[in-house]
Amino acid sequence: MGFRTDTIAAISTAMTNSGIGIVRISGEDAFDVIDKIYKGKKDKILSEQKSHTIHYGYIMDGDDTIDEVLVLLMRGPHSYTGEDTVEIDCHGGVFVTKKILETVIKYGARPAEPGEFSKRAFLNGRMDLSQAEAVIDIINSKNEYALKSSVNQLKGSVHKKIKEIREEILYHTAFIETALDDPEHISVDGYGDKLRGVVDKLMAEIKKLLDTVDNGRIIREGIKTVIVGKPNAGKSSLLNTLLGEERAIVTDIAGTTRDVLEENIQLQGVSLNIMDTAGIRHTEDIVEKIGVDKARANAEEADLIIYVVDSSIPLDENDFEIINMIREKRAIILLNKTDLSTVVDKDELKKWITKPMIEISAKEETGIHELESTLKEMFYHGELSFNDEIYITNARHKAALNDAYQSLGKVMDSIENQMPEDFFTIDLMDAYESLGSITGETIGEDLVNEIFSKFCMGK
Amino acid sequence: MKYSANSVWENKDQYDVVVVGAGHAGCEAALASARLGLRTIVFTVSVESIAMMPCNPNIGGTSKGHLVRELDALGGEMGKTIDKTFIQSKMLNKSKGPAVHSLRAQADKKNYSNTMRRTLENQENLEVKQGEVVNILVENGQVTGIQTYSGAIYHCKAVVLCTGTYLKARCIYGDVSMHTGPNGLQAANYLTDCLKDLGIEMYRFKTGTPARIDKRSIDFSKMEEQFGDERVVPFSFTTNPEDVQIDQVSCWLTYTNEKTHEIIRENLDRSPLYSGMIEGTGPRYCPSIEDKVVKFADKSRHQVFIEPEGLDTNEMYVGGMSSSLPEDVQYAMYRSVPGLENVKIVRNAYAIEYDCIDARQLYPTLEFKKIRGLFSGGQFNGSSGYEEAAAQGLIAGINAAREVLGKEQITIDRSQAYIGVLIDDLVTKESHEPYRMMTSRAEYRLLLRQDNADQRLTKIGHEIGLISDERYQKFVEKEKIISEEIERLKHVNVGTSEKVQDLLEKYGSTPLTSGSTLAELIRRPELNYQLLEPIDEQRPEKFSQEIIDQIDINIKYEGYISRQMKQVEQFKKLETRKIPDDIDYDAVPSLRIEAVQKLKQYKPVSIGQASRISGVSPADISVLLVYLGH
Repeated sequence: MGFRTDTIAAISTAMTNSGIGIVRISGEDAFDVIDKIYKGKKDKILSEQKSHTIHYGYIMDGDDTIDEVLVLLMRGPHSYTGEDTVEIDCHGGVFVTKKILETVIKYGARPAEPGEFSKRAFLNGRMDLSQAEAVIDIINSKNEYALKSSVNQLKGSVHKKIKEIREEILYHTAFIETALDDPEHISVDGYGDKLRGVVDKLMAEIKKLLDTVDNGRIIREGIKTVIVGKPNAGKSSLLNTLLGEERAIVTDIAGTTRDVLEENIQLQGVSLNIMDTAGIRHTEDIVEKIGVDKARANAEEADLIIYVVDSSIPLDENDFEIINMIREKRAIILLNKTDLSTVVDKDELKKWITKPMIEISAKEETGIHELESTLKEMFYHGELSFNDEIYITNARHKAALNDAYQSLGKVMDSIENQMPEDFFTIDLMDAYESLGSITGETIGEDLVNEIFSKFCMGK
Repeated sequence: MKYSANSVWENKDQYDVVVVGAGHAGCEAALASARLGLRTIVFTVSVESIAMMPCNPNIGGTSKGHLVRELDALGGEMGKTIDKTFIQSKMLNKSKGPAVHSLRAQADKKNYSNTMRRTLENQENLEVKQGEVVNILVENGQVTGIQTYSGAIYHCKAVVLCTGTYLKARCIYGDVSMHTGPNGLQAANYLTDCLKDLGIEMYRFKTGTPARIDKRSIDFSKMEEQFGDERVVPFSFTTNPEDVQIDQVSCWLTYTNEKTHEIIRENLDRSPLYSGMIEGTGPRYCPSIEDKVVKFADKSRHQVFIEPEGLDTNEMYVGGMSSSLPEDVQYAMYRSVPGLENVKIVRNAYAIEYDCIDARQLYPTLEFKKIRGLFSGGQFNGSSGYEEAAAQGLIAGINAAREVLGKEQITIDRSQAYIGVLIDDLVTKESHEPYRMMTSRAEYRLLLRQDNADQRLTKIGHEIGLISDERYQKFVEKEKIISEEIERLKHVNVGTSEKVQDLLEKYGSTPLTSGSTLAELIRRPELNYQLLEPIDEQRPEKFSQEIIDQIDINIKYEGYISRQMKQVEQFKKLETRKIPDDIDYDAVPSLRIEAVQKLKQYKPVSIGQASRISGVSPADISVLLVYLGH
């Protein structure tokens, strides 16, 4: 934040499986970072090369080759941000671009804050006054998204775990601090032995979380896909079919699904964050109504809508409501129940709306393959993309977990080196702060409040 | 209560600065102002109560000791005064890291108060005047003078308010409520309304004090004796350490027990706190014994420290048992404590309520944002403690003087001193209780040690004009010696000679396999500068303990210290980024409404301060930075 000149990195191309992906690094160590991960012909060292040159080579993580790349070097102030900047053009693809970003971060860069490249550019005088407002807008919109993604996208279980770890850190910090503040009432002698076990356990827990990030399971990545349709159109059957398991309860009774079910599925390398919703219809049932409203809200925010039409019965007012709702959205229409006698066909629907249409039978599992290839095509043609913020969010979480892990490691060192107890809390609080950046919490008066609420001070 | 004068008299004497109140804040403010050459007058409701210690009989303690050392390095008086009047001294947390070593001295209260009074009385440019200030006179948003209860008007260019706990003070225990300040002194009942008329927002806080008991009624054989340190370290950097090696008196430790707690629990309904008679907010860190018993019900005993109030009195302070329970309950609960079975109470414990301000109405210079030339310090600002008060008083006094002299006011920031942390917290963060200093509040605590307060602040004190050239020169020399010696130790190599290995073995240190610098050896927990003398052949003269400590600390904790120094660099960048006074937050595009409101209300002086206001997010700060970028 602010005037930091440390080195930041981000993916600066849309996260589609397009032909090229660009990872950008900016800051005082940009060249150091690239030196550590670049391998060109004949031991070429990039930091020794001229500015504004392009170099062919490989990005390496130790002995592992990540990708064949072109690297652009720009020394400050003659770059977008005004700082030393390195651009890595890779082969594109979500996986590879992400992997390169992770490598860059591993070797010393920090995931950029929302809008940070633009902010630096502005603060370093690389933009004129008229652009200031645009920069502010970028920061704001990206922040809004990042906030949403960093907290909302965090899985409930992960959020809970991080909270628990933080609480434990705070408790022990507060105890030590209380003792330091009131040494005649409370003794903290020998606390290191007790703390060693605690820190050891917490480090193991963070390690586990780190593994979770590596498997991409810490946040809900993927294209936000919402299945809509009127009741009993077969939305839940479709979800189950796509998942290959009975995740949603399927009955013949209209209105069975009342809440939103959310699952992540991979279709031919495309990651979908898929939601099954309550069937949309006018209803007096309060619980069902809540479900319907949620379905509408989710459809509103979706990157992609899969509209399931029950082709065995005529279109009704509920279908027309949905058709109006998805008119401006990216959507695929599935004509379901083709195993029964159909009364609605593509031609009928085309009178009302133009969207890709596929005939399927969720029950017989026909047409699913066609759905997959349609999705894949949309993705590769760039019609569908992720917001890249979600990847950078994941990278930020990972960096924060790593920082917390390192800080706890330092606590361990201090314990092993028999440092006095007051040294422990410095790194404990650093870990606390790093973890808080994931859950969107700042330190504020936490420590002082914990001291007063948990421990009895003298006087 | 609104004041209206029967007759008005205008005092034609010329004053630059008026200080209201002569407690620990007022004394420092008045002395600083007068020493900077300004005609200064300090008002007190009673000359007898100058620098009075109405609560605990000690100066210093964890983090508070830091404040006193810092105060001293800037040219304050508290450290010198306690060095002359202490009767026991201890360095707390000695077994911990140097950052949390804290000096605490038991004071002879009367002697402390008298000594400070003499200093004030003898100070050139300073007048002491008994009288209650009832009005602050303001014209066009600028202070022009004050009025006292007698109707007299004193013109001046700046006023420093250090009213402590006197504003509309009320002392309470049981169902007894007296409209007095501490120790039965007269309260100041008019100033609050005047301040409210000036648009200043007031809070009501509460604090409390335990009973004072008669030494002759105590059975010390049932208590543990608490001695002072064998080698006393003075507070002031100017005090010769040999002068403070005096005969010390003891304190005594005893404990409450289940019976005490039972008595308290049975009588809780008679506490003014629980009956709703007290409205003020009390401090969590200084709970009354009834609070402790209720809140920490699982604890079967609490410590009680019996501390002398002075050499010339039989009164003893009962540390740990402040209370506002009725008199009969006080007798019963104190008498349930071992050693106090027959105790005679000289002064009852009581709670005190008083008016103070929300200090977010002040700049970090302690001047009111709304009124030029009006400054404030001490408990009036919502703090607690003698040391916190003195620290603010000094800064308020310095800035009042600089304002009159037309010089830029000074601010001490969070990376420079606990004083900076204290003031920044007060003027930036919302607080619902009297604020007490704590080491955990300082984010750069490894740098803000009590042992290096002179290295952090002497230069600033000298520039301000409160540190003499002579003292400054001495300090510069000391600094030079320290840094040269550290450099030398980093470059002197010792081999694996028998002498070296023998020495290492003697102190249980792993033998060397190859050469090592002396600094590397000092870094080992079991070794230090002094122990290495036999193998350090080029060692220069013998240094003072103070210098040796600096060498050890700087070498041993170098890694931690340099880490915090890097954080400070980051911090400074935001701190030095000033926000212009006339910024129009409404015109900043895309700033969230909550942020606009908070920023407009609290007018932070820098981006750094803005970032510490609750309700202002990092994104808001980014937006502000970009906005200010052009």
